Amino acid sequence: MRSRSLLLGVATALLGVGAALLVGACAAPTALRPARPGVGFGQPIGEADLAAWNIDIRTSDGLGLPPGRGTAAEGRAVYNAKCVACHGAEAKGGPTYGTMVGGIGSFKTSLRVVTPGSMYPYAPILFDYIRRAMPMDRPQTLTADEVYAVSAYLLHVNGLIPADAVMDAHSLPNVSMPNRDGFIPDDRPDTRAVRCMRDCK
Amino acid sequence: MATDPKHLDSRRSFLRKGAMIAGTALAGPGIARSARGAPLEVPPTAKEMGRPIPPTAYGVPSRFEGHVARRRTDVFVNRQNWSDWSMTPLQHQHGIVTPTGLIFERHHAGVPDIDPSTHKLAIHGMVKQPLRFTMNDLLRYPAVSKFHFLECSGNTLADWTKAASTTVQQTHGLLSGAQWTGVPAAWLLDEAGVQPGATWVLFEGADGASHTRSIPVDKVMDDVLLVYAQNGEMLRPEQGYPLRALIPGWEGNVSVKWLRRIKVGDQPWNFRSETARYTDPMPDGKWRQFSFVMECKSVITRPSGGMKLERPGLHEIQGFAWSGRGRITAVDVSTDGGKNWQEATLEEPVLDKCLTRFRYRWSWDGKPAVIQSRAVDSTGYVQPTVQEIAKGRALAGFVQHHNGIFPWSVSASGEVKNAIA
Repeated sequence: MRSRSLLLGVATALLGVGAALLVGACAAPTALRPARPGVGFGQPIGEADLAAWNIDIRTSDGLGLPPGRGTAAEGRAVYNAKCVACHGAEAKGGPTYGTMVGGIGSFKTSLRVVTPGSMYPYAPILFDYIRRAMPMDRPQTLTADEVYAVSAYLLHVNGLIPADAVMDAHSLPNVSMPNRDGFIPDDRPDTRAVRCMRDCK
Repeated sequence: MATDPKHLDSRRSFLRKGAMIAGTALAGPGIARSARGAPLEVPPTAKEMGRPIPPTAYGVPSRFEGHVARRRTDVFVNRQNWSDWSMTPLQHQHGIVTPTGLIFERHHAGVPDIDPSTHKLAIHGMVKQPLRFTMNDLLRYPAVSKFHFLECSGNTLADWTKAASTTVQQTHGLLSGAQWTGVPAAWLLDEAGVQPGATWVLFEGADGASHTRSIPVDKVMDDVLLVYAQNGEMLRPEQGYPLRALIPGWEGNVSVKWLRRIKVGDQPWNFRSETARYTDPMPDGKWRQFSFVMECKSVITRPSGGMKLERPGLHEIQGFAWSGRGRITAVDVSTDGGKNWQEATLEEPVLDKCLTRFRYRWSWDGKPAVIQSRAVDSTGYVQPTVQEIAKGRALAGFVQHHNGIFPWSVSASGEVKNAIA
């Protein structure tokens, strides 16, 4: 009896807190951070039902790379069929986009040439981006083998892998990219402007 | 002040009429009628019925305002029509809310046409229970509305070291202000149950680029909204209909449009859009990454590039100030090239991470002048000059996050020009 009344007391207290939260949420409509309502409307879903959407690659280690394989030689054929119209012969730039080749070593000069070869810190970025967004007029239509092959081709024309290297879920993350350590975290504010009002400069 | 060459004639005729009216008014009592002005006649519109009221309609601006439009820039030309941007005509904006049809665009694969009855949002990854939501599900939650600015990280990128652009639409038009309505992302993530150790969240769009960014989970839980409405109506297709993220104060690229997937993880994904793009060149050949915050910035929108001051005398200098770190606390205006500064008036409301209007009454003496504004935010940060920014960064190539003080020159004949360098 004693424990039961204690339980009731706790339950009443909890209800009281819940009511207070609800009242609080209603009473403070201008609060910067409104309280989450006590109910939710999301429907449970399983990861298996999300498989077609779940295409992101964690590019630093290749987590999410699917089965499949491709070489630069195979990639050249895919490239010449599906990419060359915009990006140009040998990925050196075409009518729509600039070169995807070269620029390695240019970042310490006044003219930085940004290409997948010079800029990407991790090779799986190629797979992630080509699969989700390319070709621009028919994204998400390439097979995994085709995406591996085009990735291999672009790495090869940038001098980063041999023509016969097989790219797959194991080898692609292990390609050594020149800009691997080229990034620093945001350290702004990096200016110290002073609010001068008279006779400045 | 004329702005668009195409509309110079109609603008000039409007100004002439304005000058005539002003001349009449300034003549004052005692002078019966200026020889310059004909007697006012009853306008024809007062002698006829106007346009009938249609049963249903969506209102559009007057046909005389056709020059007020978003424009793609001719300064930096993309040679296709799907991955590009169009810019807000800030010189024609009168308050802190950008009219919905003028909010800037940046797309990576054009504008998808999404039926909201088929749209789904999924939350998965490091959560206790993956969830999916229909638009009807999302509309059942209590709504939250906030006023915030949205600025592309590439705003002003063509005008660091040379005056490439003509108008403020071209220099600063990747900036808009709006009221955003939706559901706090934190509510839905709490509902799914974020697992301990989760630090980053992926947002992905339903566009043809499946545009994707990694966002720190702390920011998402702090103030990110999943937005379905803008300025009181459901989002426009080019603004992410039927659902987008709004990440207050951060570069526009992370406010993913046509949002369909949120995945929770314990590392950033390092996508192309956060390595090869949206990173900042540094002097030692490095790149600054995940530079999300749009720092305190301001610009004079009137008078601004391409306009002409018709005569000396009073000209109200108008502009916008904003900061991704908080509120604007002050804006200073200089009319002598940065030597001396005066504090401008801030117009209420002054809101967190929101466009703030400033005004300064300037009496132009008819001599050449250089006008510019400088904003201060609630963290004490003072908007820097480009020269100050260049001390710590490399201004080489395609450089983003330009929040430098922006000067306009006024010639003796009243022509206003970009004077960044």
